[in-house]
Amino acid sequence: MTATAPRPRRSPRSRRTVLVTTTAGLLLLALMIVRVLVGTPMVPLDLALRAIGGEAVPGYSFIVMDHRLPTAVVALLAGAAFGLSGTVFQTLLRNPLASPDVIGVTLGSSAGAVIAMAFFQADGRALFWFALLGGLLTAMLLVAVAGAGGPGASGGADNRFVLVGIGVAAALGALISYLLTRLSLQSAGDALHWMIGSLSSSTWDRAAVLAGALVVLIPVLALLVPRLRILQLGDDTATSLGLSAPRTRVALILVAVTLCALTVAVTGPLAFVAFLAGPIAQRLAGRPSFPLAAAVGAVIVLLADIAGQNLFGGTELPAGVITGALGAPFLMWMLTRTPTSGSGR
Amino acid sequence: MHRSTPLVLAGGLLALAVACLLSLMIGARTVSPSTVVEALRAYDGSLTDHVVIRSRLLRTLAGIAVGAALAVAGAAMQGMTRNPLADPGILGINAGATTAVVAGVYLIDASQVAQFTALALLGAALGTVVVYAVASLGREGATPVKLALAGAALTAGLGSVVNALVMIDDSSLDRLRFWQVGTLGARSLADISRVGVLMAIGAVVIVLMAGVLNALALGDDAAVGLGVKVGRARALLGTAIILLCGAAVALAGPIAFLGLVVPHAARLLVGGDYRRIVPLCLLGGPVLLLLADTVGRVIAPPAEVQVGVMTALVGVPVFIVVIRTRRQVGL
Repeated sequence: MTATAPRPRRSPRSRRTVLVTTTAGLLLLALMIVRVLVGTPMVPLDLALRAIGGEAVPGYSFIVMDHRLPTAVVALLAGAAFGLSGTVFQTLLRNPLASPDVIGVTLGSSAGAVIAMAFFQADGRALFWFALLGGLLTAMLLVAVAGAGGPGASGGADNRFVLVGIGVAAALGALISYLLTRLSLQSAGDALHWMIGSLSSSTWDRAAVLAGALVVLIPVLALLVPRLRILQLGDDTATSLGLSAPRTRVALILVAVTLCALTVAVTGPLAFVAFLAGPIAQRLAGRPSFPLAAAVGAVIVLLADIAGQNLFGGTELPAGVITGALGAPFLMWMLTRTPTSGSGR
Repeated sequence: MHRSTPLVLAGGLLALAVACLLSLMIGARTVSPSTVVEALRAYDGSLTDHVVIRSRLLRTLAGIAVGAALAVAGAAMQGMTRNPLADPGILGINAGATTAVVAGVYLIDASQVAQFTALALLGAALGTVVVYAVASLGREGATPVKLALAGAALTAGLGSVVNALVMIDDSSLDRLRFWQVGTLGARSLADISRVGVLMAIGAVVIVLMAGVLNALALGDDAAVGLGVKVGRARALLGTAIILLCGAAVALAGPIAFLGLVVPHAARLLVGGDYRRIVPLCLLGGPVLLLLADTVGRVIAPPAEVQVGVMTALVGVPVFIVVIRTRRQVGL
């Protein structure tokens, strides 16, 4: 039962998508270069290129190869993963407000990771499994509690799902606050630092973990997206086209939660990136676009990281603080514009 | 029909007495009811039990004050915004107050409850105004889902700011991580009474305006038809809510969901009339908070689970039930 998407003709809108996505790609490249060159100390372009080429440039090789370049790569991958994850949730639930960071999935992953840190002194790979477990349990809880017939099945914007998510997020927040009081001051500080979301401890290992996961998950997502588009036509249409609506939903949620949890395990929850990427991409392209959402997510994370590193004098603010502080006003602005009880899109 | 109100209120008083007694008795060192009575009648500072009860007495008083304040504030918010999901935690008022307090600890090294109170009131007021203004913009006005989302957005955004401040300064972290979770312990009688006065003012205003709440709950047009000056009533009620929430945050930290749960429970018992709901909240809020606090003391020995965590455990299922039973009506 393979359902293939109706292949769209090259309309002006799709040309616009290609144009915008190309621009976003170039912007990403530029931001990566800025991330590598700018900071204290500034790295001249030719020295950076020689360092990347493998030459040992005294004083610069370490900064470029072991610090800034892996950070830029992690930022790129994390932003893309959050952007994709958020867009899957938003599309599936037919509600731009239903991103994993608003409905508590990200917090579920955070809680899982903090539990792992608090009780099992876990880090690295173990942290990922706990984050994944936390995210999946939260998603299952949401579906079980909010979904009569599955999320999005009712058609129209699924506000109930979002509201239940807000409640679950609040409970998880209380749980995390409690866990923080059970840790030593040192570990509490570490956990808190991690929970803000930061790229400062990015390494090639972490970049490789993220890259590996994306290499597997993006093709899976690419296979699922056409089905997602069919699901959006309604369950009846999907069924008549031979698509199992519940199974497709579960697969999509699994992919989205895995993307989100993995990234949370590597960088911590970068607040609102998953929420922002999809709607911005849609506004730019005039229609929903997954590749563009990934690119926008990456641009947001890179910009936030560059801003946090350079704009506040001596203090380096983690990227999560920037995305959180700027994402909240954007969410509020969207609230004033989105007809929440209408179709959502 | 609903049970007669005097009977329910009498039951509420009895429940409050039991909750107080339990709160005085139970903890790491459990004492008998007779010892509690004895300690209250003739305090003897040389007896360990009496000293324990004395410290629990302060905690119980704080619990009564905070519980009543949050429950009444929640009831008023639900009536005034016609929003079944209204709660100081969900609508971001706690977040505003918390952020102001954290900023105070970090920037001016605040440590006195009086300073906390001033900051928390300021923050609560700002949070309320921002959330209500944001939710009111747009075509539909302040729907429950928009209020809840605006509150969640404010909470998340301010959370980033709080985390950034706390992260820079370890000593603030140590003070704040315990306060931030919502706890009743370690307050002096002077602090409680000072903050209690503010709460009393707020509570009295809301009790007196319970009839107005009934009118507002019917919608603005109906309220105007009933002769209510809607703008003035909202301003008065809003001020009272801010007083109650800010004072509660200053005394106990941000405690969520109590303001959601208690009014709904009261509504189940006595129906939709705020002239009955509000007095019942005055009793029910302390009962629930004291019970949550008492259970939290013994649920995970030797440590205590803070009362804010306990109220979230109780409150989230209720929150979800409210959403589910309301279906899409008004949500």
